[in-house]
Amino acid sequence: MIKQISVFVENKKGRLAKITDVLGQAGIDLVALSIADTTNFGIMRCIVSDSDKALDVLKQNGFTANTTDVIVLEVVDKPGGLASVLRILDDADISVEYLYSFVRTPNKNALILFRVENIEKAIDVLGDGGVKLLDSQEVFNI
Amino acid sequence: MYWNKEIECMDRQALAVLQTEKLKKTAKKVYEKVPFYQKAFDEKGIKPEDIQSLDDLKHLPFTIKNDLRDHYPFGLFSADQEDIVRVHASSGTTGKPTVVGYTKEDIKKWAGLMARTFVFAGGNKNSVIQVAYGYGLFTGGLGAHYGAEALGAMTVPISGGNTKRQIMLMQDFGTTIIACTPSYALFMAETMEEMGIDPKSLKLEAGVFGAEPWTEAMRAEIEKRFDILAIDIYGLSEIMGPGVASDCEHKCGLHISEDFFLPEIIDPETLEPLPYGEKGELVITTIDKDGIPLIRYRTRDITALHAETCACGRTMVRMDKVLGRSDDMLIIRGVNVFPSQIEGVLVEIADVSPHYQIVVDRVGNFDRLEVQVEVEGSLFSDEVRRLENLRTHITAEIQTVLGIGVKVTLVEPKTIERSMGKAKRVIDNRK
Repeated sequence: MIKQISVFVENKKGRLAKITDVLGQAGIDLVALSIADTTNFGIMRCIVSDSDKALDVLKQNGFTANTTDVIVLEVVDKPGGLASVLRILDDADISVEYLYSFVRTPNKNALILFRVENIEKAIDVLGDGGVKLLDSQEVFNI
Repeated sequence: MYWNKEIECMDRQALAVLQTEKLKKTAKKVYEKVPFYQKAFDEKGIKPEDIQSLDDLKHLPFTIKNDLRDHYPFGLFSADQEDIVRVHASSGTTGKPTVVGYTKEDIKKWAGLMARTFVFAGGNKNSVIQVAYGYGLFTGGLGAHYGAEALGAMTVPISGGNTKRQIMLMQDFGTTIIACTPSYALFMAETMEEMGIDPKSLKLEAGVFGAEPWTEAMRAEIEKRFDILAIDIYGLSEIMGPGVASDCEHKCGLHISEDFFLPEIIDPETLEPLPYGEKGELVITTIDKDGIPLIRYRTRDITALHAETCACGRTMVRMDKVLGRSDDMLIIRGVNVFPSQIEGVLVEIADVSPHYQIVVDRVGNFDRLEVQVEVEGSLFSDEVRRLENLRTHITAEIQTVLGIGVKVTLVEPKTIERSMGKAKRVIDNRK
């Protein structure tokens, strides 16, 4: 299980620059990043080197942010790789809220981040299915 | 032209005698029939029989909008319920409306007052009056409707909205007087122009516009685009509805129908009456009403009164166009909106009071209401779906309470400007 930081972002010029600036000034490294946007607002989601510190500096700078537990797993980088993982979750009746992939990857495998409804159950069924899940340490050491 | 020349042009001394008699009767009635007034009079140490002249009015207690709400729904009615033939209501801050009741006689008198207003606008029994105020609990539609009928005009009860149909009927029926909000009149003019119809080609001669604040610039624009006389009318449901006061063709202030309403101007801070010509809060006492007569009702509207005889010959006092309020009430598309109503909805949804801002704009002559809510703490979710649900939920709840459309925008914390640590709640860009 890994802590992801989510930040509320208004659809306004310069907001993302400001957020990444705040994190950069605090010496926080962005490991993975995704943005969900609607016509009215966006949510920036990221994995950072120090989530507690990131949350602190974001709040100090007036941003609304929270943390969410997510899972990160390795998927073989070949056709059908992601499908096999999603099949396991679907068979176990676990819905995926969203997912995104990491830019940096170890070996030849892809790294995918999942936000699921029932995280404990997902960890169990994926483990049983032979899927490799990464812990925080592994994620930051990529 | 007059509806009732004898009254409208009455010598002011004779008028004062008439008003004093009516005031005495009203005071006696409310004291006997309404426990709220009996208590209020007693607390002031005044009895109805102490009233000897209009000068004694200042000793009487005030009535405020909250008093109607506190006695919801019928607690301030003077008439027995069996004699009430109609109720109207306006929006309230807690979701409960303020309710007013009319006897058969009240409806007749109100129709006479509105007929008087249509005569001010040049109407007569040959007029075709299109009533585009909303019909229903709002007093605008039915108030204008009964007045138009009392005048003997051909009345077109189309109610608000459905602009293309409004335009078609104006053309086909040869409408001579339109009654609606001024912003809607401009919207109709624009729609006509888009449809390739010249608003000047209509038979329209005058417009009876009210239910929202509007400027002299808007009046000039309406008059130019339609080539009509645009008169401003004033009224409020607590007092009667439309027909309390109206411009005459000289447009030099709205004549208050003083045979029905006793106007005063007070300093909203000290509550002391102010002389003619001075700006202050308009206070009205109804002196010829049975359903729900009100003593010294504080309208919260800021204006001034002028007692000089008008060029039209009428002696009835004139009030300046209302351009301000002594409270924070907004009028949006004819609907009364209090920021506290919106705050109430937000507190209920968020459990705490979030920072919010109300922004009112006039876009293409249409009032647009936007509520910006800062997303903080428990309001925030990592999931788009939940935030969208929050936005939809707030929108729906505000619309239920206000009865008008609203755009809700979720904004980042601290983006709403604070002055002296206190957030500025309302930005009205219409002024």
